[in-house]
Amino acid sequence: MKKILSITLLVLTVALAGFAGEKIRLSGSTTVLPIAQLTAEEFMNFNPDVTLSVQGGGSGVGIASLNDGACDIANASRSMKDSEIKNAVSRGIHPTAHVIAMDGIAIVVHPSNPIQNLTKDQIRKIYTGKITNWKQIGGADKKIVVLSRDTASGTYEAFAKLALNDEKVRKDALLNASNKAIETAVETTPGAIGYIGFGYITKRVKLITVDGITCSKVTILSKVYPYSRPLFMYTNGKPKGWVKKYIDFVLSKEGQELVETAGYVGLK
Amino acid sequence: MTAMRSKISEKVFKYGFMGMAFSSLLFLLGIIIILFSEGIPVFSAVSLTGFISGTSWYPTSEPPEFGILPLITGTLWVMLGAMLICIPIGLGSALYLHEIAGRRQKAILKPLIELLASIPSIVYGFFGMIVVAPYLQRTFDLSTGLCLFTASLILGIMAVPTVSSLAEDALNYVPKSFREAAYAVGANRWQTLTQIILPAAGSGISTAIILGMSRVVGETMTVLMVAGGAAMIPKSIFDPVRPMTSTIAAEMGEAAIGSAHYHALFAIGLILFLITFVFNIIAEIVSRRYRLKLGLGR
Repeated sequence: MKKILSITLLVLTVALAGFAGEKIRLSGSTTVLPIAQLTAEEFMNFNPDVTLSVQGGGSGVGIASLNDGACDIANASRSMKDSEIKNAVSRGIHPTAHVIAMDGIAIVVHPSNPIQNLTKDQIRKIYTGKITNWKQIGGADKKIVVLSRDTASGTYEAFAKLALNDEKVRKDALLNASNKAIETAVETTPGAIGYIGFGYITKRVKLITVDGITCSKVTILSKVYPYSRPLFMYTNGKPKGWVKKYIDFVLSKEGQELVETAGYVGLK
Repeated sequence: MTAMRSKISEKVFKYGFMGMAFSSLLFLLGIIIILFSEGIPVFSAVSLTGFISGTSWYPTSEPPEFGILPLITGTLWVMLGAMLICIPIGLGSALYLHEIAGRRQKAILKPLIELLASIPSIVYGFFGMIVVAPYLQRTFDLSTGLCLFTASLILGIMAVPTVSSLAEDALNYVPKSFREAAYAVGANRWQTLTQIILPAAGSGISTAIILGMSRVVGETMTVLMVAGGAAMIPKSIFDPVRPMTSTIAAEMGEAAIGSAHYHALFAIGLILFLITFVFNIIAEIVSRRYRLKLGLGR
């Protein structure tokens, strides 16, 4: 009898231990996704008791699911909008922002383009359709092919805010679904101009200075580069338990090294 | 006893298959209900005429603008362009297979054309993006190769197997006696083809074309990759466009559930559904009318 009891207890403890593994759900920005994936993998290596599931979907989706209680951490490449904060508060959610990395939105053109520098004003005029030919700003007589991210993406919203003063991108801009797609299109289109995340700059496209400032780690971190932006993880209230441990890990020296591995700029 | 058992099993089969047959109806109904219930709420943010005739699609601006006329024209122009490519090629190959090709040629050609249909649309998109668009851009000195023309070209090729194999089936359904009768009264091969065979197969051929159009209108991945994605009403065939399907695919992932943007995407889906629905009804009517005229009707 005693034996049976002890076996039952043993089975129960094992079963409970299996369930005890806590689960943290992350969702949101595709820009933050590589950071979240790298840090989550590393974090789980050290803490086998906890499972982190990381999903993309975009900043808006992440914030909406934080507000719905469908995730524990919302990744966002922009700060929350007033409407989103109001929505959160009405549901009893208190979003707390954690800046986990910095990113710069780099302006790139085709390698054959002689242009070296553009002013913020010129970039705004190109993107809103007031400048349409490279010769208007000292380049070759070539139509400017404007490449932009889809208007629903967080990177688009950040760019619209930082570079366009919330003016609308011209209607004939080619909209692409990802940083990589923009990079490919700029590489193959002589008249193209595009914007991509700092981590996506390659030798195959030409990086343009903005107001004479190069998009680099130093200028992004010091916010001298005009199109630098923080990347966020939002939690409900002050993080507790495993969520706190994870956020602390992301902000640690090791976590920030992973941020750089992912192609972004660490905070230290 | 055995008679009773077989009666029961007969009933089981009858109702089982009936259930399966009606399940499609259930799925269709479910989809229609969801499209309406998720699409209609957008009209609290924009009027129906503003939605359909508005020329600005800025779903995330403050305030947002939900005008889908550029998306509708994008879809329709791509369809028109694709039809100009796939109707001649599709019908031409169907006629060749049916009239001229020998048994061996046909045994090779027909499966090959149908193989074209089995290539996943993302592969077409990739091919268009990496090979066709840069080539067209260099050849015609365009500002970009991702445009209406490229999208039409690729979609036209994609629709060839649909049109070709359905049209060839239609030609095969024309009774042999028609041809024999034509030859008997002294018609030559060309006269027989143009005045007897083609009109007799007309309904099936029209159906083939309309189903090809449905395929092009509903195609998503390829246009997402090669059409350029600019929400503008095209002024030339080398302008970029943003068809309705690719708008939904590109934005659904990032639209917050329950937002006006989310409902707007469902409303686009609803309009897309209505367009293909009308196509299918037209196909049905055309095929019935011709069948009756030929005296083949039920």
